[in-house]
Amino acid sequence: MSESRNSERRPDPPGEVGDDPVHTTEAPVLEAPVTPPMTPTDRVVRIGDRIFRGIATGSGVFVVAIIAAIGLFLLIRAIPALQANEANFLLSGKWETGDPDHLAFGIVDLAWITVASSLFALVLAMPVAGGIALFLTQYAPRVLARPFAYIVDLLAAVPSVIYGLWGALVLAPVIKPVAVWLNTNLGWIPIFGDGNVPADSGSNVFTAGIVLAVMILPIITGVAREVFARTPNAQIEGALALGATKWEVVRTTVWPFGRSGFVGGSMLGLGRALGETVALTVILSYTYEGPHYSIFDAGATFASRIALGSAEFNNNLTVGAYIAAGLVLFISTFAVNALARWIESSSGRGKE
Amino acid sequence: MRTDTADIERPAKTPAFQQLSPGRKAKNHIATTLFALSFVVAVIPLLWVLFTLFRRGLFPMLSADWWTHSFYGLLPNDFGGGIYHALVGTLEQTLVCALIAVPLGVSVGIFLIEYGRNSKLARTTTFMVDILSGLPSIVAGLFIYALWITTFGFDRSGFAVSLSLVLLMLPVVVRVTETMLMIVPDELREASYALGVPKWKTIVKVVLPTSLSGILTGIILGLARVMGETAPLLILVGYSRAINFNLFDGPMASLPLTVYTARKTSTEAGEYRMWGAALTLVLLIMLINLIATLLSKLFAVKTK
Repeated sequence: MSESRNSERRPDPPGEVGDDPVHTTEAPVLEAPVTPPMTPTDRVVRIGDRIFRGIATGSGVFVVAIIAAIGLFLLIRAIPALQANEANFLLSGKWETGDPDHLAFGIVDLAWITVASSLFALVLAMPVAGGIALFLTQYAPRVLARPFAYIVDLLAAVPSVIYGLWGALVLAPVIKPVAVWLNTNLGWIPIFGDGNVPADSGSNVFTAGIVLAVMILPIITGVAREVFARTPNAQIEGALALGATKWEVVRTTVWPFGRSGFVGGSMLGLGRALGETVALTVILSYTYEGPHYSIFDAGATFASRIALGSAEFNNNLTVGAYIAAGLVLFISTFAVNALARWIESSSGRGKE
Repeated sequence: MRTDTADIERPAKTPAFQQLSPGRKAKNHIATTLFALSFVVAVIPLLWVLFTLFRRGLFPMLSADWWTHSFYGLLPNDFGGGIYHALVGTLEQTLVCALIAVPLGVSVGIFLIEYGRNSKLARTTTFMVDILSGLPSIVAGLFIYALWITTFGFDRSGFAVSLSLVLLMLPVVVRVTETMLMIVPDELREASYALGVPKWKTIVKVVLPTSLSGILTGIILGLARVMGETAPLLILVGYSRAINFNLFDGPMASLPLTVYTARKTSTEAGEYRMWGAALTLVLLIMLINLIATLLSKLFAVKTK
């Protein structure tokens, strides 16, 4: 291209005239003294570029459209069922969808089990994940940090149906004494009080929460590891030079720097826990009795209720009830994930 | 001890790091121990799960029938049979998913890095990819149900499953393409432009090949991730004990669905099949992860 004669500028990529408004507008001024003005043929936009750019941009638009379509289609399919609903969708705990002529469904019980198991998982996973991230970024020898991180990431590779089997058949019997102890000795705290299934049955929120905690651990650890590793070295060295112990370095520099990123990562983990389906379907026993607001409750989450209902997916109206539950789940995970990303991105900007 | 004149100006107190009080020392030790322990706490469930799988699932895998037969015609109490039908289903569903998700995802990645950089559309797209990566798999299944089965009127099939898996694999492919394209040095692109190569050819012949191994690794890891998904399968396809090669018609088994279905058969033979299928699934995922690691080692990205 002729304009590259000017040594001050980097050569313009040929054929992408439309891509770079800044260069396009100043080009004639710069090249005027040296080269003859460009003829229209030099400026031809190659057809290949047009197509390629169109495909790439179209794919970007497509992703945005998918999210919109998910919300839209779930809404459209949920409306008929919501109109036919004889119970209050938001305030009822019923789930009677067997007879399409008399639908009665509400999400209160689902919401409790979903929130209880996810929050319980978060309470268990957050300290452990924070500890692992600090251990891997600040304590572990450099050579071992990477393989150790890989081991933690392996936790994410195990399919959720297998966590479900392990939780229901292997873990639940082992942790039964802990559950019984909590129930007998701390039962005066409502959350450890009697649930709608016996504490020793194992198929309750207590087991489910522990399994969920294991499942979300790699997500939180991954994010936390990244933010803790980005702590400016000057701060760490400064603290060390002042005579701080390793723990004091962590407490005064690494932790304040990475805290909000860690919280953002935990929110991502929460989003994952809210939507987890099969592990909970396998672990939780289904009960028609309402919850007692204890971690020894059983029942169904939004996601596991939908999975359990898959046998009823033959009538559009009935399916609408499940799709309505799915819509609530979609909106909540959307909100939690958006919040997580916002916390993460604003934490990075504020400190650097 | 040195006796420089400068020493006179120093404070008489010894530096702080020499007077580490026992309390601070103890706190430091406690913190170190706790952090190391939390790592151990995470490793325990991993080893425990793997140990359980191998102990209970290895035996069925040792027979030759396991790899060559289906469960067709077996009664709940019958031992024997194999996982071939589920392997077929899992591989077909994930491969078709990859055929759709990979070109689409790479294309989105190209848009984000090569065309859209920091444009409003690119930022919206990145946000939506983030949301998609947090999308519960059951919602992906419900969406495909609402679109493909209720609205378009198709039957439940393996292909519907592939479509829902696309939604779950897409963010993985986009993310990895984005990261890999980002580390391709701009000098490479500029050198290509200087030779008069059009932008799209630069991307296809220079940028993509440079980052190919990284993208491939990411794609394979994404495949391993969606392979174990169970939730969308429950609502999008029926389970079959027989071999069905047809993605577009009839019930179709896959490994996760086999595990889930076998869980409901509370017989000894049912458990035997369940753990066998579970171990097969995990071994398949581990094998695929291993391939990804080898690939990334074999063709390390040359950035310098």
